[in-house]
Amino acid sequence: MRLTGAVPNFLVFAALIAVAVIADLTGNPYIVTLATKVAIFGLAGVGLNLALGYGGLVSFGHAAFFGLGGYVAAILASHAASGAPVVTFPFTMMGTNEMLAIWPFAILVAGFAALVIGALSLRTTGVYFIMVTLAFAQMLYYFAISWPTYGGEDGLSFYVRNTFSGANTFAPLQFFGICAAVLGITMILVALLTQSRFGLALRAAKENETRVIASGIKPFAIRLTAFVLSGMVAGLAGALFADLNRFVSPAMLSWHMSGEIMIFVILGGVGRLAGPVAGAAVFIALEYLLGPVSDHWQALLGLMLILIVLFAPKGLMGLALGRRGHV
Amino acid sequence: MSEPILVLSHLSKSFGALQATDDVSLDLRPGEIHALIGPNGAGKSTLIKQIAGEIRPDSGSVTFEGQAIDDLGPADRARLGLARSFQVSSVVPGFTVLQNVMLAVQGASGASFRFFRPALSDRNLTAPALFHIQQSGLEGRAAVKAADLAHGERRRLEIAMALAMRPRAFLLDEPMAGMGTEGARDLTAILEELKVEAPILLVEHDMDAVFALADRISVLVYGRVIATGTVDEIRANPEVRRSYLGEEA
Amino acid sequence: MLLLAEQVLNGLQYGMMLFLMAAGLTLVFGVMGLINLAHGSLYMVGAFACAAVAAATGSFWLGLAASLAAAAALGAMVEIVVIRRLYSRDHLDQVLATFALILVFSEGTRWLFGSFPLYLSLPPVLSGAMTLPGGLVYPAFRLAIIFIGAMVAVGLFWLIGRTRLGIRIRAGEADREMIAALGVDIAKLYTMVFALGAALAGLAGALVGSVQSVQVGMGEPVLILAFVVIVIGGIGSIRGALIGALLVGMTDTLGKALLPGLFARFMEASAATSVGSALASMLIYVLMALVLIWRPTGLYGARA
Repeated sequence: MRLTGAVPNFLVFAALIAVAVIADLTGNPYIVTLATKVAIFGLAGVGLNLALGYGGLVSFGHAAFFGLGGYVAAILASHAASGAPVVTFPFTMMGTNEMLAIWPFAILVAGFAALVIGALSLRTTGVYFIMVTLAFAQMLYYFAISWPTYGGEDGLSFYVRNTFSGANTFAPLQFFGICAAVLGITMILVALLTQSRFGLALRAAKENETRVIASGIKPFAIRLTAFVLSGMVAGLAGALFADLNRFVSPAMLSWHMSGEIMIFVILGGVGRLAGPVAGAAVFIALEYLLGPVSDHWQALLGLMLILIVLFAPKGLMGLALGRRGHV
Repeated sequence: MSEPILVLSHLSKSFGALQATDDVSLDLRPGEIHALIGPNGAGKSTLIKQIAGEIRPDSGSVTFEGQAIDDLGPADRARLGLARSFQVSSVVPGFTVLQNVMLAVQGASGASFRFFRPALSDRNLTAPALFHIQQSGLEGRAAVKAADLAHGERRRLEIAMALAMRPRAFLLDEPMAGMGTEGARDLTAILEELKVEAPILLVEHDMDAVFALADRISVLVYGRVIATGTVDEIRANPEVRRSYLGEEA
Repeated sequence: MLLLAEQVLNGLQYGMMLFLMAAGLTLVFGVMGLINLAHGSLYMVGAFACAAVAAATGSFWLGLAASLAAAAALGAMVEIVVIRRLYSRDHLDQVLATFALILVFSEGTRWLFGSFPLYLSLPPVLSGAMTLPGGLVYPAFRLAIIFIGAMVAVGLFWLIGRTRLGIRIRAGEADREMIAALGVDIAKLYTMVFALGAALAGLAGALVGSVQSVQVGMGEPVLILAFVVIVIGGIGSIRGALIGALLVGMTDTLGKALLPGLFARFMEASAATSVGSALASMLIYVLMALVLIWRPTGLYGARA
């Protein structure tokens, strides 16, 4: 990876940590929570960026994986609280409130869903792909609403944040630290991935599919793998988000959520490693600053997005960096 | 005579009422350049696409190195060593010359599912790629983005990528298209070199080049092969003169 | 038997309503290559315009006319200010910009009308029920929706197939430069097509708003169903939109009506209701998945 590309990415990440630490020292736990939210949404965006930015797969259904990860965390936690097993057939599985045990499940479930949805959606291209991913996510949304076992429309609360051995997850800065560490590690993995052989094939398939085929590589397998990895990261982000709120609801699966994750990516700059983090930070800062000013801040957000699409299509990081530093 | 590398037997393909390929049988032998000529709309590109596996023939069969490859898709055929270039040059524009050729090396190696090691520091990719870049006359241009290459250089890049596929046969679809006289002369020299690597099935409009380069020529008119033979046989063939060369002269 | 007939009519009515939405979407995509998420906002605007004008004038019919006019006018305005700058962009930009338009329209409407749902009262001629041959008593208004949907379908087929505008639309679909070279004002044509699609969405909104409630966000679930419809039918095809809409309408209605009962035959009643309704809510997506496996570009889509 070239240095010019790595520096802005590192700066975005460092700025996020600085904000959280300073806010904690100056006694602003709410700001720490906002920074945590940025880390989690940024993580979901980094996941989507893998498919969207590097693979050119415009998925409008990543809320499905985000929400599934969240529900896995909430369901395991609520069973741990009640003591009832999650399933009794074909084997007995109890709930858990240990994050390190929850995350692999969240990742696996989201990854499996991404495998099924991706295998079907990747049969299509272009605008069909957008609509089909949207529709499958919506299917899970309606399923969550009409399935009463885990709260249906009302969602599912768990009152105690899950634990992480060695940390006090209730201290805002410590929980932020966990989320930021997950984000940082994921960003490093994604950076490696995009520069690897796999990343070479994935990025090539985005630009010229015919050439990739003529080189003896099947784009479908490459894309499906990227889509599954992308869904796994989104699922992990969802599990963290569930822990942040100690609550999940079908809203996590809704298409507004998919749209927001997509906004983080595009706002920050498609195909830039830290773009989604910058995008999520701007989004949450706007919500925080404009929310009290006007109940209708989303209209302002909408206007701003339209202006960005029309006049700054490379996103905010692209705007700030000009043509340089594209990773 | 040695065994042919590529054999087309009785290929037919129609699109609705249009018979694009009509019972075509021909072969490609080791060490030769076999040129495919014919007027526009004769079905040359359709035929190349059937060999490459991009479209399926209605009937007939393609045999490559003794193996029927009719059930293989285009990626699998490329992996077997059927290297193809395109009529409109087709490279990855956002990649550098080096990355483009690395992609082809990687495709031929069959190992794309490696996730962590940076490809640019993988000598198994870069060393062969740099070799083929030099071989195609692009030395010193490895770090240039493909989008910034001149037209002729992009053609050369395609040749480099075809070479990197460890080819057993080349399918070259009008490699001279859009090149100046100078460039065409250069490329003629490169094709002579390519021929040493593997035989070439060449679709080309530049008649001078075809007559200078080809060992054998097949003439395709309305999807049918009306003649196959050496350059002299084709020049002398009355049917070819009437239906094709006559129109051009 | 009567119950089943009633459900079939419900499915038909639902399908026709979806067709009104899907027709505009598929037309705009087919002609201009644009994916418009804000189509659901035009549906909402139509409903609000109808409710506001009907409340002010006391006339439902004026409200219905206002829904068409308001949605068409807003559609034309949005096309001129924002949408036409997106035709040459990739789908990602289109998705983001039209998603942003939804935020603007939803908040704008909330600002104007507040968050509380509005209700429309139907004119006497439509508020009763009709007795159909066979003895089925069915709400007149729902029959009216079926009738209106069928008329719109006939009108669109006629428009596309038989009129000068239709010829231009089909030509614009095939070749943008060609039609511009023929001296047709392509910008004006696109604005008209967009406004037409918007008007149909507005009409659908007004009709549905008359039987349900009129509120912010009402367009979004319908929009996504309309996407499912045009994915099934094949993007760009009016015929596909009609067939797709009827398939989705029927599948959803019959699934929701019949599945819980079906499960109750071999399950305990309350479990059957929850499993049945959960599965019924997924049924149209299963339908979509099946169509995609069979035909990735939809029933009437251009073959790749």
